[in-house]
Amino acid sequence: MSVLIDKNTRVICQGFTGSQGSFHSEQAIAYGTCLVGGVTPGKGGQTHLGLPVFNTVQAAVQETGAQASMIYVPAAFAADAILEAAAAGIGLIVCITEGIPVLDMLRVKAVLHDSGARLIGPNCPGIITPGACKIGIMPGVIHTPGSIGIVSRSGTLTYEAVFQTTRSGLGQSTCIGMGGDPIHGLGFVECLELFESDPKTRGIVLIGEIGGNDEERAADYIKAAVSKPVVAYIAGVTAPAGKRMGHAGAIISGSQGTAAAKIAALEAAGATVVRSPAEIGAGMEAALSG
Amino acid sequence: MNIHEYQTKELLRSYGVPVPDGRVAHNLDYAATVAEELGGERWVVKAQIHAGGRGKGGGVKVASSLDEVRLITDQLIGCHLVTPQTGAEGRLVQRVLVEQACDINKEYYLGLVIDRGSQRVTVIASASGGMDIEEVARTTPEKVVRESVDPAVGLMEFQCRKIAARIGLKGKQISEASKLMRALYRCFRDQDALMAEINPLAEVNGGSLMALDAKMSFDVNALYRLPAITELRDFDEEDPKEVEATGHGLNYIALDGNVGCIVNGAGLAMATMDAISFHKGKPANFLDVGGGASPEKVGNAFRIVLQDPNVKIILVNIFAGINRCDWIAEGLIKAMQAQKIGVPIVVRLAGTNVEKGAEMLAASGLDFIMADNLDDAATKVMATLAEQGS
Repeated sequence: MSVLIDKNTRVICQGFTGSQGSFHSEQAIAYGTCLVGGVTPGKGGQTHLGLPVFNTVQAAVQETGAQASMIYVPAAFAADAILEAAAAGIGLIVCITEGIPVLDMLRVKAVLHDSGARLIGPNCPGIITPGACKIGIMPGVIHTPGSIGIVSRSGTLTYEAVFQTTRSGLGQSTCIGMGGDPIHGLGFVECLELFESDPKTRGIVLIGEIGGNDEERAADYIKAAVSKPVVAYIAGVTAPAGKRMGHAGAIISGSQGTAAAKIAALEAAGATVVRSPAEIGAGMEAALSG
Repeated sequence: MNIHEYQTKELLRSYGVPVPDGRVAHNLDYAATVAEELGGERWVVKAQIHAGGRGKGGGVKVASSLDEVRLITDQLIGCHLVTPQTGAEGRLVQRVLVEQACDINKEYYLGLVIDRGSQRVTVIASASGGMDIEEVARTTPEKVVRESVDPAVGLMEFQCRKIAARIGLKGKQISEASKLMRALYRCFRDQDALMAEINPLAEVNGGSLMALDAKMSFDVNALYRLPAITELRDFDEEDPKEVEATGHGLNYIALDGNVGCIVNGAGLAMATMDAISFHKGKPANFLDVGGGASPEKVGNAFRIVLQDPNVKIILVNIFAGINRCDWIAEGLIKAMQAQKIGVPIVVRLAGTNVEKGAEMLAASGLDFIMADNLDDAATKVMATLAEQGS
């Protein structure tokens, strides 16, 4: 078991023949992902990496029965690509692209709300169920199948958590990088809900950062509905207000979005909050045995 | 991306938001000419810098004669204006906005923000204008009116009427405010703004509404489709190291400590700053070299970090995912050979090809202090600084 994706998930790539799309599609295939084709407008009918290329997502879905799509198109075209996938009936849309204008995402979210499609990202590493399916840019090799669900706003910090849970022998059920943008698809609450109901997941790692109130809402949800141990890390304790720390969403505006408020909320909800990313693995081992 | 007040007002005027008559001036003679052409008996002279709190810092003054306009302009242009938002060094004033002064009866607050909770553009309004809206929201939340906008239909007139009535506007002011709010929303939407604030929105000269001060910030990711906004960018208002870093595809933010940081990933870069602070050190910067940290990028990162004279030590923290540690090591060695670094370097490598990367650094004969994890790295940074006595 896992959440959202497994070895049978049929995946296509939008932006398939571009350099990013090609590189990460090759990696996904090598990992064992059930990649069934790709979309590049104008190149329909060709074969790329041994798989069929389609002009539209609709044609790809009709021909391959694709259920998930990974998007590597440039930022200016990403909103269109996400909505094209949703309109074609793709159930899980993973948008890796970074730098999408906020107002584009705001309109996309309003439409997606009514479509039933799930979006991961944008500006994220993607989602992986170790040993089964990799949709994104994360290094497959550091992962190992296991029992910890990981959800994170940050790419490299996710890798830290993966690395440590691999080393401690716990492994990962599924890892979801929800991305660093202010307007994004799946949030902590939806991921916590998925991990809570996944029998294989024994513990959950939540990696947040400054900005917004996703972590506070996650804390409310943990308190109300999560029985599994949650180990959290929040980056940006020392980040100054008003400075955007790399991610478009990582900014403290006024009194909103400080790390201190997020840590307090998560601790009050019963989560273990570690002060260094180096302690995530040990924190989870302790939480599981405690 | 922020722009100046005079630019915001020109932009808003083009959308139909009423703003005072005024023009920008770069010297005292032209400031006086502007005042004379505007006419009237009193003028407001406002220093144009991006930081807020200009009134408190003495950057906004009223003049009652053309000589006074000259005098104030002379004092402001060329000075380093210190406001609650600039830091002690202040910000160089290069131009002033000269406007006709108006008689103010009452001040309101009107803002548009992207509310991450509702994932919508949200109007925020209050009858307590001229004040910090955060402070109003904290002390008297009932005085803050919020209305979220459905992107499919935009800000509707009924919503504007509702907001106007709730902040206490009356009679024809309600339709006037409605028109103004919708113009502000159109500008926000068309120009990919992230924030727009009219504070104060004032009732002037017998009841009509006017934007006496206005601030907007724009989405840098949308600049490719906003040529007019792109032209308004004032690089003098930005840290030159940050501007240069952006040009090299690096994300750099200057801070005031002495530990230079070179990290891949925004989250890990923040975590690295936190670890340094946790060990009682002070980071000199945030720097994310991004996913594809080529040897050239690493070299540029070193150059930019070292432009900060406060930097006494550099911590390199890399978790290679798609990247490879041996590639990073190559960049580090090249950077060390190409430029005189002059400060100790603590390196923590993890992830893909970490053994090969560590071997390359060891074989280079260069003096790297190697660390196992982030805490170990921060500990070694502090120990080395203590040895140096700095």
